[in-house]
Amino acid sequence: MIAGLFRFKGGIKPETHKNASAGAPIQIAPLPKQLIVPLRQSPRATAECIVVPGQKVLKGERIGLPDSPLSTAVHAPTSGTVVEITPHAMAHPSGLQTRCVVIEPDGDERWVERPTLDYQSTSPKEALAWLRDHGIVGLGGATFPSHIKAGVDGGIETLILNGAECEPWITCDDRLMRERADGIVAGALILKHLTGAREIVFGVEDNKPQAIEALRTAIHGLSGDITVIPVPSLYPAGGEKQLIRVLTGVEIPHGKLGGDFGVQCFNVGTAYAVNRAINHGEPLVSRVMTVTGNVEKPGNFEVLIGTPVEALLALGQPKADTGRILMGGPMMGFELPRLDVPATKATNCLIATSPALFPPPPPEMNCIRCGACAAVCPAELQPFELYWFSRARNFGKAQEYHLFDCIECGCCSYVCPSQIRLVDYYRFAKGEIWAREREKSAADAARERFEFRNERQAREKREKAEKLAAKAAATKAKLAATSADAPAPAAADAPASPDDAKRALIAAALERAKAQKAAAEPKNTDALTPAQAAQVAEADERRAAKAATDTAADAPESN
Amino acid sequence: MLTSPFVRKPTSVQQVMFTVLIALLPAVALYVWQFGPGIVVNLIIATVSAVGAEAAVLKLRKKPVGLYVSDLSAVVTAWLIALTFPTILPAWILILATVLSIVAVKQLYGGLGQNPFNPAMAAYCLMIVAYPSAMSQWPAAGWMDLSTHLQLIGGASLDAITGATPLDALRTGLRSGTDVNGILAREAFGILGGRGWEWIGLGYLAGGLFLIQRRVITWHLPTAFLAGMVLMSGLFWIANPAHYASPLFHLASGGTLLAAFFIVTDPVSGATTPRGKLIFAASIALITYLIRNFGAYPDGIAFAVLLMNLCVPLIDMKTQPRVFGHKGD
Repeated sequence: MIAGLFRFKGGIKPETHKNASAGAPIQIAPLPKQLIVPLRQSPRATAECIVVPGQKVLKGERIGLPDSPLSTAVHAPTSGTVVEITPHAMAHPSGLQTRCVVIEPDGDERWVERPTLDYQSTSPKEALAWLRDHGIVGLGGATFPSHIKAGVDGGIETLILNGAECEPWITCDDRLMRERADGIVAGALILKHLTGAREIVFGVEDNKPQAIEALRTAIHGLSGDITVIPVPSLYPAGGEKQLIRVLTGVEIPHGKLGGDFGVQCFNVGTAYAVNRAINHGEPLVSRVMTVTGNVEKPGNFEVLIGTPVEALLALGQPKADTGRILMGGPMMGFELPRLDVPATKATNCLIATSPALFPPPPPEMNCIRCGACAAVCPAELQPFELYWFSRARNFGKAQEYHLFDCIECGCCSYVCPSQIRLVDYYRFAKGEIWAREREKSAADAARERFEFRNERQAREKREKAEKLAAKAAATKAKLAATSADAPAPAAADAPASPDDAKRALIAAALERAKAQKAAAEPKNTDALTPAQAAQVAEADERRAAKAATDTAADAPESN
Repeated sequence: MLTSPFVRKPTSVQQVMFTVLIALLPAVALYVWQFGPGIVVNLIIATVSAVGAEAAVLKLRKKPVGLYVSDLSAVVTAWLIALTFPTILPAWILILATVLSIVAVKQLYGGLGQNPFNPAMAAYCLMIVAYPSAMSQWPAAGWMDLSTHLQLIGGASLDAITGATPLDALRTGLRSGTDVNGILAREAFGILGGRGWEWIGLGYLAGGLFLIQRRVITWHLPTAFLAGMVLMSGLFWIANPAHYASPLFHLASGGTLLAAFFIVTDPVSGATTPRGKLIFAASIALITYLIRNFGAYPDGIAFAVLLMNLCVPLIDMKTQPRVFGHKGD
């Protein structure tokens, strides 16, 4: 049981701007003309397409199969026709393309058959596969497959439901908790069952009293250890590691997961999706998104995955002076390079910017080492030191000062009086380090390949030579056995090296040929004087020696 | 195209420096009340020469002049020089000091944020070595009118109205065989330290607390500096109260309070980690006390600060805090 709350160091309190959309109930977004469903789910996984252009699909029908352990299934968000399967720009700061299934809705929203799962009587393995096949991923932004997180084999003590929603402007989780708390709690119970956790803790920032109230009503009367804890509103309280720290006091180091410490954390939206998948048989084909910022009608919408951003943005009616469009929150989100990209399972918010709401950044000045960044860093780093090292391309030192513990939350950039875009320097340094590591591993691989090739060639030569030697030895033995009257002089010596063996072989062959020749036809050298005979023998010997040298010269690379 | 975060706190270097200037105002007001308007003249002279020097070098370095001059960091340096230097010093020495601090100590190292030494203290050290007698001519306690002040800084020699600082008086008194209480009973001394100076010290204290409240500085540096000073002076005082002045005298004298809140707190040339700040400031106090009592100069803060500026990279490196999740490392 939670005795009291813990603190994480640092954090900031930016203006939340949540009031703009927090009062707007979730509306079902209208069907767009086209849905562009990306098959790529993360840098780790891209689903395998199982539909063809022209094919009719039903809402919730599987169109992509998981291709790897970190992959989940992809479903048609509505009923309609597959128009094409084509590369299309994705919602990413790069604007790069990815393979997408383009579906033209028929407007009927006809569901595929939706069997439910009695998760309490099936094996956990089956339930996890169910989640994977229903496309359930973390909806907090990282879209990490839930079946992996829920599939941690035992040792989970506390299940944390993240409803902190600490980024300014975003209200989708707030609305979900207010309106669909029962579904969230049902999902939490399923996740508790799957992880074997002893207790469930909801962590919600205390600036969302209605959400806290709704969750408390939903858990009322439930047996078991389940609580709703208001946590102080302090960005980034919704960061997984920060929330775990606040609720349990456990600090999870970089590179470790909550599961290693007996804690597992899911977003409230994920819990809701788990409930829909298990208890209602619905795959994850939609999610709640906030449309806000410089718009006439900020609101929260249940949006089909694959809805183009421009259609979604239009729902909020952007004002005339709207500039860049941000996806995600203003602290960790990104600027969309184009608006025809589809919303994904990671999309929680669209923010229309204006020069008034998001003034252009003032010019960057020098760091004065004031330490304001260190005071707000939730990872307890010394951001200005990392800045100096990154700027000087002293990447070794940057790593030594724990560059990779940086979660890029942006607190340091937010408070810097010199307006230094600190996070950009860390992204640069991380990118450079990764690039160097890739280069190094590529070079290592090339060297390994080269060494392997050399070794293979040497081995092949050795094997060939051994084979020849063996053959020579056999021939010699045969020769020795058959011509007892003419014993080969070398036969007595065991071949010491492949060359000796070759020479012996050649000598033996010559012997044989000579013997045959002598037997077949008398040579003009038959009736010779002893002197002539000696000359002939000498010439034969020379010939044999030359043949041996030539054979040896055939293998110049040996040794 | 921009990257996250897209929002930032409305803050700037200019705002930080402006807050420091505001925090110096109570002390300046008390200075005027106790010693006359001369200090204001000096503040103006120092400000004009510092800003002029800064602008000239920025132009030579082809840097945006307006952007960097308006950050007010040169003004802060100028004010600290004016406040730490004797008020009746010839104006040309004051101008030389500010120009040197801006050009040689700050801009030649790369300008804002790049200087390894505290510019005001480096200027102080240079001047006290170069012009030792001018640098130890302090006005006698009491109000001085503007025309006298202008004559003095214009170079006129009016020996009659100069006096020694409390620390100077204590030093010469002790050398002549008088004990501490005898010296402190003299006219130049007030309740705690030098007459008039103790009021100004209170002004620095008030300004410093304001800076802590506004989070421009953290408690570490002033606390460690003052604690170090109390500890050192306390030990010697307990051992021999006739020969060593009390901790209160040391707190109220010389630049102790100014240094605690405005000098050792210079972020650019100081230590930055929490533990590093404690070591840095306490070491300055220790060295200052040693110089005050056993060195050749009446007040050693400037030398102590420069010495410890040299140690900052080492201190920072050896006092890196543990990062989140690495507590057990």
